[in-house]
Amino acid sequence: MLDRIGARSIDDLFDEIPAELRVDSLPGVPSALTEMDVSRLAAERAATDGRALNFIGAGAYEHHIPAPVWALVTRGEIYSAYTPYQAEASQGTLQIMYEYQSMIAGLTAMDVSNASLYDGASALAEACLMAVRAHRRSKSARILLPATVNPWWRRVVRGITEGQGLQLEILPYDPAEGRMDPKSLDRFSGQDITALVIQQPNFFGQLEDVDALTRCARADGALVIAAVNPLSLALLAPPGEWGDGGADIACGDAQPLGVPLSSGGPYVGFMASRMEHVRQLPGRIAGRTVDVEGKPGFTLTLQAREQHIRRGKATSNICTNQGLLMSAATIHLALLGPVGLERVARACVARTRELIAALGRLPGVRVAFAGPRFHEAVLQLDRPVAPLLESLAAEGIVGGFDLSRDYPELGHALLTCATETRTEADIEAYVRALGRLLGRAAAA
Amino acid sequence: MSTIPADLRYTKSHEWLRTLPDGSIEIGITDHAQQTLGELVFVEVPEAGRTLASGGACAVVESVKAASDVYSPIAGTVTAGNERLATEPELVNRDPYGEGWILRLKPVAGGPGPTLLDAAGYGAELEAGG
Repeated sequence: MLDRIGARSIDDLFDEIPAELRVDSLPGVPSALTEMDVSRLAAERAATDGRALNFIGAGAYEHHIPAPVWALVTRGEIYSAYTPYQAEASQGTLQIMYEYQSMIAGLTAMDVSNASLYDGASALAEACLMAVRAHRRSKSARILLPATVNPWWRRVVRGITEGQGLQLEILPYDPAEGRMDPKSLDRFSGQDITALVIQQPNFFGQLEDVDALTRCARADGALVIAAVNPLSLALLAPPGEWGDGGADIACGDAQPLGVPLSSGGPYVGFMASRMEHVRQLPGRIAGRTVDVEGKPGFTLTLQAREQHIRRGKATSNICTNQGLLMSAATIHLALLGPVGLERVARACVARTRELIAALGRLPGVRVAFAGPRFHEAVLQLDRPVAPLLESLAAEGIVGGFDLSRDYPELGHALLTCATETRTEADIEAYVRALGRLLGRAAAA
Repeated sequence: MSTIPADLRYTKSHEWLRTLPDGSIEIGITDHAQQTLGELVFVEVPEAGRTLASGGACAVVESVKAASDVYSPIAGTVTAGNERLATEPELVNRDPYGEGWILRLKPVAGGPGPTLLDAAGYGAELEAGG
């Protein structure tokens, strides 16, 4: 093969790479192991992770995933992350996309969904960019981003949008309720605001007054971007029904629908909108149509929004979707159905209520916010959170997320969560361990 | 063979311009352009009040397989976009020089510049494969 392409040796192919950048040996890397040795090593290392009792949410949630989900997703016909280049040759892939879109549109009560995006954070960034394109009367590109929106998502939104001229304005929350006070929007009355982001449930697990916030934003002529946990929509009002007339764009992370935690990713973003904004919706969209013989089939549609046709003026540089995880979410939702999804959501609410009630009774622990919540809550402790979390981890308990870096105003604050996967015994174990740690330290 | 009305002026990028009695300019795409694009499925028209630079993109015409920008050859302020095209983009195919007009604008200074072609000039441009 080298002869054929006119190269003397394999090294010729790497001539372009300057010699000083090349590494001849890899000190510290052991010589090759056999497959058997590698498997054994990996199994031993994996065992050291243990099987921690997980009470951390903060944007990624542990849920039971029925066995058929990944048994099906890993089948050869589905196990490819990308939309094929000759998309219409893969009718099965397109049909899964179409079913997924129908489910997302149904859950969010929006008109149209795309075929998924990378994750919740980048979906929110895309939603902000979309709002600027869609709101043609607004010239400010000003986006109101409450501090109750997931702080990592806010960082990603800043990273993706700021270079594109968007102005992000972080809004404070009501310190007693841990959510937005709709009256705090009054000061923007009469100003040119492009969009308001509302996360529901918010990062603290509290429920925002989405109807009042949506009405306020509309009265000021701003679009409304809903960032939602899709599981919560089994119980809560969908974005399409918020306020009078609903949100304009709904987005979020579909990780709670069949995607394992996997140390933080990959996850899968979703995005849906009103039909009037569909040409500004980024990403792929599968549509149902009929072929020349009148038989039903699936096709990629509205492609003129996309990069391969619109080039630099495309709605986004996203020209694929999160195919594998989208397929998992679709199968997960199909298996659970509306009733199953509601049961899971109710179990999460019940477990979290038990957890928060029990932890709140411990001396030195205070539940930070009153008001309705979903499956997560903020606790304020009488001492720094980080050392307590370390001690809990030593007992195999992942107690929650330390909020002191992102929300120093809350003091020693811990965000904790219980999904349907936590049993009464799990909750008891956590409460006992934390009680012991708090008591011991106080006595010392 | 496409029609090229004699009373309009044209650009090499296949827009036509008509001077209206009140001095404003009506802009659309030519018969040749609509034939080349094929059946239009969407037209994005500019909002009244928007100011356009000479040569700037002012509208988007989208067919099943392609999307193209429409450029305004002159600077001005948009007085109207053809709102009917939002629901009836096919008007551009059916009547490109009439009901399929895309926008009207009030020119900033003077009339259309010298870069515009007359019907014969645009016809020659098409003959030459432009």
